[in-house]
Amino acid sequence: MQLFVVQLLSGLASAASLFLVASGLSLIFGVTRIVNFAHGAFFMLGAYLAFTLTERFSGPLGFWGSMALAAVLVGLLGALFEMLLLRRIYRAPELFQLLATFGATLVVEDVVLLIWGPEELLGPRAPGLAGAVEVIGKRVPSYDVFLILLGPLVLALLWLILHRTRWGVLVRAATQDRDMVAALGVNQKWLFTGVFALGTFLAGLGGALQAPREAADHTMDLRIIIEIFVVVVIGGLGSIEGAFVAAILVSVLNAFGILIVPKISLVLVFLLMAIVLVIRPTGLFGRREGAARMSGAVVINVWKPLDLDGFVIALALVAAAALAPLALGPYGLAVATEIAIFVLFAASLHLLVSVGGLASFGHAAFLGLGSYGAALAMKLAGSPMLPALVAGPLLAAFGAAVIGWFVVRLSGVYAAMLTLAFAQILWSIAFQWTPVTGGDNGLLGIWPPPWAASASHFYWLTLALVVLAVAGLRMIIFSPFGYALRAARDSDLRSEAIGIDRRRVQWRAFVIAGAGAGLAGALFAFLKGSVFPGAMSVSTSIDGLVMVLLGGVETVSGPIVGAVVYKLLSIWLVSHTDYSKLVLGLVIIGLVLLFPKGIAGSILLPRLRRVATAREKAAT
Amino acid sequence: MSALIEAHGLAKAYGGVHAVRGVSLAVSPGEIVALIGPNGAGKTTCFNMLNGQIRPDAGTIRLDGRDIAGWPPREVSRLGVGRTFQITATFASMSVIENVQMVLLSHAGRLGCLWGLATRAERAPAEALLTLVGMLDEAGRPSAELAYGDLKRLELAMALANDPGLLLMDEPTAGMSPRDRVELMALTAGIAREKHLGVLFTEHDMDVVFRHADRILVLSRGELIAEGRPDEVRRNPKVQAVYLGEGLAYRDGRAR
Repeated sequence: MQLFVVQLLSGLASAASLFLVASGLSLIFGVTRIVNFAHGAFFMLGAYLAFTLTERFSGPLGFWGSMALAAVLVGLLGALFEMLLLRRIYRAPELFQLLATFGATLVVEDVVLLIWGPEELLGPRAPGLAGAVEVIGKRVPSYDVFLILLGPLVLALLWLILHRTRWGVLVRAATQDRDMVAALGVNQKWLFTGVFALGTFLAGLGGALQAPREAADHTMDLRIIIEIFVVVVIGGLGSIEGAFVAAILVSVLNAFGILIVPKISLVLVFLLMAIVLVIRPTGLFGRREGAARMSGAVVINVWKPLDLDGFVIALALVAAAALAPLALGPYGLAVATEIAIFVLFAASLHLLVSVGGLASFGHAAFLGLGSYGAALAMKLAGSPMLPALVAGPLLAAFGAAVIGWFVVRLSGVYAAMLTLAFAQILWSIAFQWTPVTGGDNGLLGIWPPPWAASASHFYWLTLALVVLAVAGLRMIIFSPFGYALRAARDSDLRSEAIGIDRRRVQWRAFVIAGAGAGLAGALFAFLKGSVFPGAMSVSTSIDGLVMVLLGGVETVSGPIVGAVVYKLLSIWLVSHTDYSKLVLGLVIIGLVLLFPKGIAGSILLPRLRRVATAREKAAT
Repeated sequence: MSALIEAHGLAKAYGGVHAVRGVSLAVSPGEIVALIGPNGAGKTTCFNMLNGQIRPDAGTIRLDGRDIAGWPPREVSRLGVGRTFQITATFASMSVIENVQMVLLSHAGRLGCLWGLATRAERAPAEALLTLVGMLDEAGRPSAELAYGDLKRLELAMALANDPGLLLMDEPTAGMSPRDRVELMALTAGIAREKHLGVLFTEHDMDVVFRHADRILVLSRGELIAEGRPDEVRRNPKVQAVYLGEGLAYRDGRAR
């Protein structure tokens, strides 16, 4: 009983900070429709700023003043971020906004590392709240009690702001229909900036309040952002009350999960999210999103299969790639192999994201399933490499069939979040099911047989399989099925009216894309000789999205260009600078601002089209 | 002659609002039927029940000998029902002809196929349909570029592509210029007569309705208040009341 109460209180205390951050994200999404990936970064900045400020200013006034100042500073940074970056991309496709905020996250991570260094930093205890309170015979930190009380207080304050002030009414109106609010003469720019400042202020406050409780480190942003996503999705995007209830649910479940079922504690929260989404597709308190009045960028570029010239160029590129072993050493070939693998990964994601219009935040799940499938086939069944290269994609396709069945029942951001949840569930399983997966130590010794062991042989094998698979994906894009997938994306109403079963078509796309990513994963396992849970991590999924978006969503060949550029860039940066994330983040932000249609879409495509029209003119 | 589609006692309520109450109607092959009524009379609700987008609270819809009430639109379409929408719905990322090819491929049950070039499939029949609606010259253009009137024509071609016996057209001429309206409706009527199709359409433009409809159904507040040939409906006092208002003051000449 005592233990029960203590765990409950500790869970509730964590909920306060989680609620602050999540309510900020929810507010921002409600009004601007931007899923702010950088929210975790603002949370982290709050924690670090609070640490530095509380070190400098002591005493009760200094401590609480520092907390408030840290949050205000983060809010100001948020406003600046909104004005300089987001304002330019509100009309861009939502994935682009996500990409930009992801770039900002990378930048902040390295800036934090630059300023505060890699050590974990624990802030000073709150003056007056350093002790503990006795609750039925157990000592509970007073600071925790303070946090437990703070949660409802902030909820009440937010409610008052949103319901009792003119500004709050505008915010709520914009949440329902921002175009209407703009039509009524409200200056949207400042409303958006204000909401963003408030949202990031809340994130900063959440981080600051966490500083005396948990050590700050430079990876806390990714941990918290995933937790916030889960909270916001369970509660319902745009709902503050929902964020409050969900924060408590998630924190308490976390606290008890570790106690009761430590083996699957990490899975529990995501399982909760998956269950909530399947039963209530818009979260506990969420409402169905109003249809956006202005549809996104209309694709005017009609996709065409390769003509003879295109085919010759593609063949020449493949031939050139096949000659790489003549020019590259073992390290260069390993890099080239990895790039080829990620070309396939990006191409399979492209089928879902660009062709199917299904934003997936969890594509790494299929890469990971492919890796583990191949590795386990070898470890458990003693299978040689080739059957293992089949087992991997099979497992991934099976996983995609299960995950896809749920995901196609949701739409928009919720569907994307469900993919994230499933990927995290699989990651947790890989991480915690040590007897089978090796846990954090991974599975080692997954080497190719002698005939494929040399760098050049394995490279050729990979290249051949990747070229076949990518060609297959391309064939599917132009096949009747690929058109049906695009039709379901273009117009649900019309595709249904002509007899297309959208869910079934999208589900099949999931299976195909899963198998593709699975093959990439299986090859990846043999390239590295090992498999780790990290293959399934969110950052791998995001990498895939960045590749697709960099290449250009509206193109067919975009993911190939994007994967090559992104992989080369990140590998080069890692070996040339200690602050690769900083540079990469800035590059991503720059690309989003300069080339909203991606590299292939902005640079290559218009050029090709110009050549084609010039040739047509010459012919007539 | 037996009816193509026959609805009996259709009803649908949204909360306390009875959008449609006990509506029965039938359309025979070769017959052009207009469903008219003031705004909010329940026309679109009626329509969406026939097409499967809305599940009726009560009533039956017999099509092809089966009760299709509550079937999803995709199943209804497979029974040979073509549909156009009040606000056009086409596939924006595809060219004009590819839009039509999609319907043809779907009708042939070939959309599950993972190989072969979709853009080369069913080319000839798609061209024939575009010729029929006068859009062949635009075949290669991205459909997102089309003017609204052309989009409506494209939709007509798409609605005809699954070789339907019945066309359901919700405000086929909404948002078009007066000249385009006359043209499009004349085109539709001509095709329907030639192919002996049943057509059910809703419309606000009375010129269009009285010129082309064989029979008119009048809805008011969710109920059918009149039905008959255009001249019968025109003379019907109930219909006049609905459209011109029930000014009691005018009836007795006391207004003067």
